Amino acid sequence: MQIPNILSIIVFLPIVAGAVMLFIPPKNRDLIHRFALAVGLVCFLLSLVVYFSFDPNGARYQFLEKFDWLPALGISYYVGVDGITAPLVLLTGVVIFTGVIISQRIDDRPREFFSFLFILASGVFGVFVSLDLFALFFFYEIAVFPMYLLIALWGWKQTREYAAMKLTLYLFIGSVIALVGALAMYFASGLNTFDMIALEGANFSPEFQNLWFPFVFFGFAVLGGIFPFHNWSPDGHVAAPTAVSMFHAGVLMKLGAFAALRVGIMLMPIGAQTHLPWIILLTLVNVVYGALIAMVQTDFKYMIGFSSVSHMGLVAMGFATLNYNGYLGAGVQMFSHGVMTALFFAVVGMVYDQAHTREIPKLGGLVKYMPFVAVAFIIGGLTSMGMPGFSGFIAEFPIFMGLWNSHPWIAIVAAISVAVTAAYIMRAIGRVFFGEVPSELEGHMHDVKFSEKLALSVLCIFMVGIGLFPGIIVPLVNAGVNTVLSLLGGA
Amino acid sequence: MDFITDHLLSFILFSPLVGGLIVLLIPGENKDFTRRLALVLSLIPLAFTLVAWLGFGAAPEANGFRYQEQVNWYPAINSSYHLGVDGLSLSMVLLTALLSPLAILASFSVDERVKPYMALFLALETGMLGVFLSLDLLLFFVFWEIGLVPMYFLIDQWGSKTGERELWSGMKVSARGYASFKFMIYTMAGSLGLLLAIQMLGVVSGTFDMLALFQSWPSLTGSLFGLSIETVKAIAFWAFAIAFAIKVPVWPFHTWLPDAHTEAPTAGSMILAGVLLKLGAYGFLRLVLPLYPAQAQLYAGTLALLATLAIIFGAFAAYGQRDFKRLVAYSSVNHMGFVVLGIAAAAFAAGTESATIALNGAILQMFNHGISAAAMFFLVGVIYERTHTRDLDEWGGLFPLVPVFGGLLIFSSMSSLGLPGLNGFVSEFLVVRGAWPIFTLFTALSMLGLLFTGAYILKGIAKTLHGPLNEKWKGHITEINRREIAVLAPLLLLMLWLGLWPAWLLNVINQAVVTFFG
Repeated sequence: MQIPNILSIIVFLPIVAGAVMLFIPPKNRDLIHRFALAVGLVCFLLSLVVYFSFDPNGARYQFLEKFDWLPALGISYYVGVDGITAPLVLLTGVVIFTGVIISQRIDDRPREFFSFLFILASGVFGVFVSLDLFALFFFYEIAVFPMYLLIALWGWKQTREYAAMKLTLYLFIGSVIALVGALAMYFASGLNTFDMIALEGANFSPEFQNLWFPFVFFGFAVLGGIFPFHNWSPDGHVAAPTAVSMFHAGVLMKLGAFAALRVGIMLMPIGAQTHLPWIILLTLVNVVYGALIAMVQTDFKYMIGFSSVSHMGLVAMGFATLNYNGYLGAGVQMFSHGVMTALFFAVVGMVYDQAHTREIPKLGGLVKYMPFVAVAFIIGGLTSMGMPGFSGFIAEFPIFMGLWNSHPWIAIVAAISVAVTAAYIMRAIGRVFFGEVPSELEGHMHDVKFSEKLALSVLCIFMVGIGLFPGIIVPLVNAGVNTVLSLLGGA
Repeated sequence: MDFITDHLLSFILFSPLVGGLIVLLIPGENKDFTRRLALVLSLIPLAFTLVAWLGFGAAPEANGFRYQEQVNWYPAINSSYHLGVDGLSLSMVLLTALLSPLAILASFSVDERVKPYMALFLALETGMLGVFLSLDLLLFFVFWEIGLVPMYFLIDQWGSKTGERELWSGMKVSARGYASFKFMIYTMAGSLGLLLAIQMLGVVSGTFDMLALFQSWPSLTGSLFGLSIETVKAIAFWAFAIAFAIKVPVWPFHTWLPDAHTEAPTAGSMILAGVLLKLGAYGFLRLVLPLYPAQAQLYAGTLALLATLAIIFGAFAAYGQRDFKRLVAYSSVNHMGFVVLGIAAAAFAAGTESATIALNGAILQMFNHGISAAAMFFLVGVIYERTHTRDLDEWGGLFPLVPVFGGLLIFSSMSSLGLPGLNGFVSEFLVVRGAWPIFTLFTALSMLGLLFTGAYILKGIAKTLHGPLNEKWKGHITEINRREIAVLAPLLLLMLWLGLWPAWLLNVINQAVVTFFG
């Protein structure tokens, strides 16, 4: 028997595991949790294998596999990873593994929770590896749908229904708009195929591209949190249970940014060159305004939510520079931000579980109870500030260099966000983890479990590792970026 | 052995960090053991530095730098891990490697969370050394920023426990929290311009290697971003200059300093004043002068004016303090003003004999101030630990109770004051001699400032040691102990040695001055 393709295993393992899980008797909670952990671990290990066996000097797409699906319409199941998606696959593996660990405290219907979480994971993996436009949409919807249930059923009681509805409507409308654009491409190409590599050579007319690029780009960029379509995201992040916030901010937002790149920019490069120069102003709003809003939040989780808006703005800004440095930075930033924000939400979840409040002024001195968590948050915070030696710097520095090449004035304005980010992160570190312990909290707090420390360590290792040795990730992203640039006409 | 000599600078650079990790990871709660371990580990970089110092003249040289190492680090944007030293950086490395073990020895009285304290201290040393050793602009920035983090936590967590500050919103925060936050944000915001300018340089030149940039950047012509190259260079010059001026600090960018110094733990103040301030001056010398010779010459007058104001206002402000530690903190503003004055003079008259003298003086003053400020802060810490006050009015007449301490305080103060025969005199004299023909008026005013230096130093001594004895200390204050003398002894010896025979250091410094600014 032929060994199945590793990407196909990664894509289908979670969803199959999620289905199998539904056959475990709900009373057998230990087994459910252990099974979920095992699946998470396998996903993580497989994604590591993909990442480290990807050859940056090899073919553009690796681990290819293709089956006909609906040949009459030119739809196929076609998967492969390039230098940009290999890190994103790893990111998904990391976040699913750590997310499952953090979710070990879920008491309410854990079986269904993990089942939905794994369906979500399959969808995400699917989007990253799909080379067929139809399959990409297919997986995209699979990724968005369980989100609604996960937030509405397991989320924060006060806002979960509102947030779940808002999030789903935003994303759904976005994806419908993108789908319209994608269908327009399908018909205009005349190739009768959804194969994205083939569509790259379709030579759409400039008028066509200029008309349809905004549909596709914004349709997906909604999920990437682009201004002014970002405001589902902080609400959604806050209402979601911890693991879902991690997944959501850590991976799902990358899904939007990636799809906007893959389908929007790479298939319609002329449209991108027309529109991105003004879109960069929107991303500037994301970056600076997002940081300012984060600074005035008193809710710990909202602060992190808005920081994601700010940092994802940098990804889109990197895309909008249309040059090598910008894309390189954006590619690294997608990974770096994913790991960092997953860590943030994990920490917020740990704090909230014990303190039962997320109001920053009501917290304090937690380092005494959970020193390990404090150190992890500090590492995440430094990454977020773009402190050299951590992955955020490796990502943001080239983005800014890219800006200097394309829009020097925007580089100067965007740099404000670095100082603002430093201010709110330092403030959060100081207020939450240091200072006096409020009397209401005394006696309630205790250290986290070993497994949770393990999860935090995994996330920290990536941030510090990339920060000190950019060579871990840069050659891959470099390979991917060169392809994008060749499509953009070597700009 | 070859491996060590080929990677000597890497060993100097990373041995403190590795030491910090060792301190952190070795299990056990024995505080004494942790302290001693940290001390021993901090001697390792010093040993490597001495090896580098002794072999300096014989080491192979390229482009003025010795012991160079270069490895790919971030090839996608053409940045490499490139280290090297010349006389300027080596003397700063020596200062850092020397002060760090002393600061750790001074921290033996820290009793809370000793492990993270020592680990942060060692990490800080790596950050500082990295700035001096880097020959790549990006790497320079990496270390420049990363040193802030351990310093922030040292002030925030181990700083003085008492004291509150009221913010404009009426909220009260602890003084150390206020000071550390101000230090962090002030410096980070200051380096934002530096960061942008470095990015711009990298984009325009396609490399971050300093040696390549020294060649290409100053001679660049044409226009950039729709502006003339002169405008761009002038803006970039100020971006660099402000970041470094904040760190030095040059008046009016100095306001973070009195807070940070006052609230920091004793050893933290020693390192802050001893080494961290030198990073700013080093930035001027290593980057601003070679990259922007024309702009530096153009704006040297402004810089000299600010330096003069720092000297004068620093002295006045120091004289006005009741808090002894704040007094010493302001004295740093005063003394570092001479460094900047020397640099400004050299920038204005680059290539002349006076410029060379001024530069030699400025660099020597960096070293000297490092030693004497560290000693002064330590002495303030010693008396603070015994009396739990830093208020000069609370003391008085302590000399008979603590004669040894008194003697040491007077000795260090004299070095700080610039008494001939001790180190401060030599460097200040060189700066003044070099700057006089270049900026006569400013130099003359600075010398008046020197008068007030004498005043505030004598005020410090008089209020502490002389006058009527404050009876409450009788029987409560103990003499300086042996460990504390061990911290001071190397510093005092150096003060005397540099005062009597500065040539051993000046020879090394002069090499760099002649190569780069001759």
